[in-house]
Amino acid sequence: MTGLRIDNLAIRLPKGGDRTHALSGITLAVAPGEILCVVGESGSGKSVTASAVMGLLAPGLMVEQGSVTLNGQDLLALTPEQWRTTRGERIAMVFQEPMTALNPLMTVGRQLAEMWIVHRGLSRRDALARAEAALTEVQLPDPAGALNAFPHELSGGQRQRVMIAMALALEPELLICDEPTTALDVTTQAQVLTLIRDLQRRHNTAVMFITHDFGVVAEIADRVAVMQLGRLVEEGPAAQVLKAPQHPYTQALLAAVPPLNAPAARLAGSGEPVLELDGLTKTYASRGIFRRRKPVRALDGISATLRRGTTLGIVGESGSGKSTLARCVVGLMGLDGGAIRIAGRPLPPDRQKAAHLAQMVFQDPYASLNPRRSVGAQVAQGPIAAGTPRDAAWAEARRLFSLVGLDPDSVRRYPHEFSGGQRQRIGIARALAMKPEVLVADEPVSALDVSVQAQVLALLRELQAQLGLSILFITHDLRVAAQLCDEVVVMQNGRVAEAGPVAEVFTNPRHAYTQSLLAAVPGRAVLEG
Amino acid sequence: MRVLALAGRRLAASLPTLLLILVGMFLLLQLAPGDTVDALMAQMGGGDAALAQELRRFYGLDLSVAERLGRYLLRLVTLDLGFSAIYGKPVATVILERLPATLLLMVAALSFAFFLGLVLGVLAARRVNRWPDTLISTLGLLFYATPSFWFGLMAIVLFSVHLQWFPAGGFYEVGSGLTGLALTLDIAMHLVLPTLTLGLIFLAIYLRIMRASMLEVLSLDFVRTARAKGLTETRIVTRHVLRNAMLPMVTLIGLQAGTMLGGSVVVETVFALPGLGRLAYESVVQRDLNTLLGIVFVSALLVIAINFLVDLLYAKLDPRIVSGG
Repeated sequence: MTGLRIDNLAIRLPKGGDRTHALSGITLAVAPGEILCVVGESGSGKSVTASAVMGLLAPGLMVEQGSVTLNGQDLLALTPEQWRTTRGERIAMVFQEPMTALNPLMTVGRQLAEMWIVHRGLSRRDALARAEAALTEVQLPDPAGALNAFPHELSGGQRQRVMIAMALALEPELLICDEPTTALDVTTQAQVLTLIRDLQRRHNTAVMFITHDFGVVAEIADRVAVMQLGRLVEEGPAAQVLKAPQHPYTQALLAAVPPLNAPAARLAGSGEPVLELDGLTKTYASRGIFRRRKPVRALDGISATLRRGTTLGIVGESGSGKSTLARCVVGLMGLDGGAIRIAGRPLPPDRQKAAHLAQMVFQDPYASLNPRRSVGAQVAQGPIAAGTPRDAAWAEARRLFSLVGLDPDSVRRYPHEFSGGQRQRIGIARALAMKPEVLVADEPVSALDVSVQAQVLALLRELQAQLGLSILFITHDLRVAAQLCDEVVVMQNGRVAEAGPVAEVFTNPRHAYTQSLLAAVPGRAVLEG
Repeated sequence: MRVLALAGRRLAASLPTLLLILVGMFLLLQLAPGDTVDALMAQMGGGDAALAQELRRFYGLDLSVAERLGRYLLRLVTLDLGFSAIYGKPVATVILERLPATLLLMVAALSFAFFLGLVLGVLAARRVNRWPDTLISTLGLLFYATPSFWFGLMAIVLFSVHLQWFPAGGFYEVGSGLTGLALTLDIAMHLVLPTLTLGLIFLAIYLRIMRASMLEVLSLDFVRTARAKGLTETRIVTRHVLRNAMLPMVTLIGLQAGTMLGGSVVVETVFALPGLGRLAYESVVQRDLNTLLGIVFVSALLVIAINFLVDLLYAKLDPRIVSGG
């Protein structure tokens, strides 16, 4: 039997977990030259599977039964010394976070050259020559220069290319990719996926590709395995699983992927402008007398209008200035030029007054709540600071909790007792407690699993219908934007590339940048076709 | 040469600090009762008011505080540290006589603490929560909690009095007429106990920082990458972890240079070393303002110089600093 075979693998979790096994009864196979996508939400055990194959299980996890073989060799029986000659040489891995996966103090060239120095005993000079060739193969611009570059001097996409070059350095029999494109922008993601596919075909490598994104699956997979809570629920050829899923969980996951084509234009709200942005500029210049850096124009003459009771989407890739815009609108950051008007009046510089006009829902539901305060106190804090009596503020917090679909009695609990989706509901309740004119949501669902994401988006739509909310919705995910927004502004390098009703912009993009963004959305052909 | 530019900017920024320290010290000492002349008269066994008046005029002590401060700073610009009334010599000479002992003690204690702390920290982190880690951490805590004077005294009792391995005090054997290598060896023997006494406390700090820093770096993503590359544990630690983990240690050297000078007062007193620390103490007692300010000036220069070196080293170790990224 060639390729990777996992047979009836079970891995025990340490006592006291929410379940006894991280994996149970997993049987998978990846043939040479094949890409198997392992899909699942967080906690499904997909990363544990990868660690088990790599022999890098976290301490506390134990293989209870089953076998893992690579081209006939039993991997679970390897000694630590044998593992070292297997890792890198026969099995290689590309990780999710390109920003932290490379040693920041070592040049790219030396990190790459290590592969040949350690496994093949090459001299440093020969190894560096090989490294340069490898960087050329992953199409890094200026491979010779990149050898002497430190990781922080490369962009995220370039670093991921370096990681891929490193993984494929010794032509491994098996390549494991653990969400390699999740941290990348959509256009970069498309390039990296193409690169992985090309190289894999050329080297006839077996690839185990772990992802939560069905769009990516549609782009790259030959076969798909769907995991839920440590069990394999469905496995089959990509076309079959994506087009005719058998298991209800797969069906639910696929149904939760927001379609890219926008629903018919909704006629909501009174149409009167509630938030007007007029020629906003913001430059990040050098700070301090001694430090000099090239100034960055984060906002370069941004104008847009949000109408009452509607949602205005701001879409763009990282560095486009969309988060800067969000911070300026809620008054967390001063402007260099231009004006923000909310409900006809300019945004007051006093943050306490601005707090009643605009409130923000933050991206990371784990980091945006204070872990040492009860969630109710965090929701009531704003109104109390603004002068609402304590009892009234707490009563309001309880009401808001039931409004966002949480148990009102859970106000006394602490953030760690809630799941990610629940925390984002708390974040929304916190923002609503101030009764703002405008709700600014900065990537509120990008840290959430796709099924939870669908629930939070549904909640936002419901709240909008119920309370007539006006939402400024910042996202990099065009699928999400298509679902929630009435109008959309596409930002590129601090400027507005294109703006208009979402259905129009997405079906008929006029600007080249919008077109390239839409073309890069993974899985369009399969999922929408 | 961006490293040098960066370091140069740091140096320029430390000049105002130096001025503030000197002026602050000068003004603080005005609050202490009595002056150099009082101390001199006490040494002479007393004298009448007219003599005191004469002496004050001679040393320029009859002027107003502002005037004296102005004069001192003016002289300092020409690197003239003034004249010590108590020692009867220029302050620069007095300080230069005492500087070598302190410098040697500092460098020795710092190197001892740094390297042993590094090694023990790495050992503890590699065996975290097992007996080597517990042993090392407990010892570290013990060293940290023990006052240095007590350590010094006990070291003298054990190693000098009972075992007679090392001399009990002094910088070298007075009147032995040793030169060259023999003198160096003699000084080294005299410095062993003071170095241990001063170094052990700092060792505890370095060891804890190194252990924590190693544990943090070991949990980072790029270490997982290194494991996935199939490197041996030794290579992972030496090539990938160590340099990253050393960054906080290097920062600490700069921060603690000043503390170490302060700690040397106690150690120099216990071991009767003719160093700057003891000189500072004596100058305060004798209200020898010029000498004291001179010491403060030289110590501040020393600390600034060490921090300058640390900055250079840091920029060398961490390429992200220079690019400001």
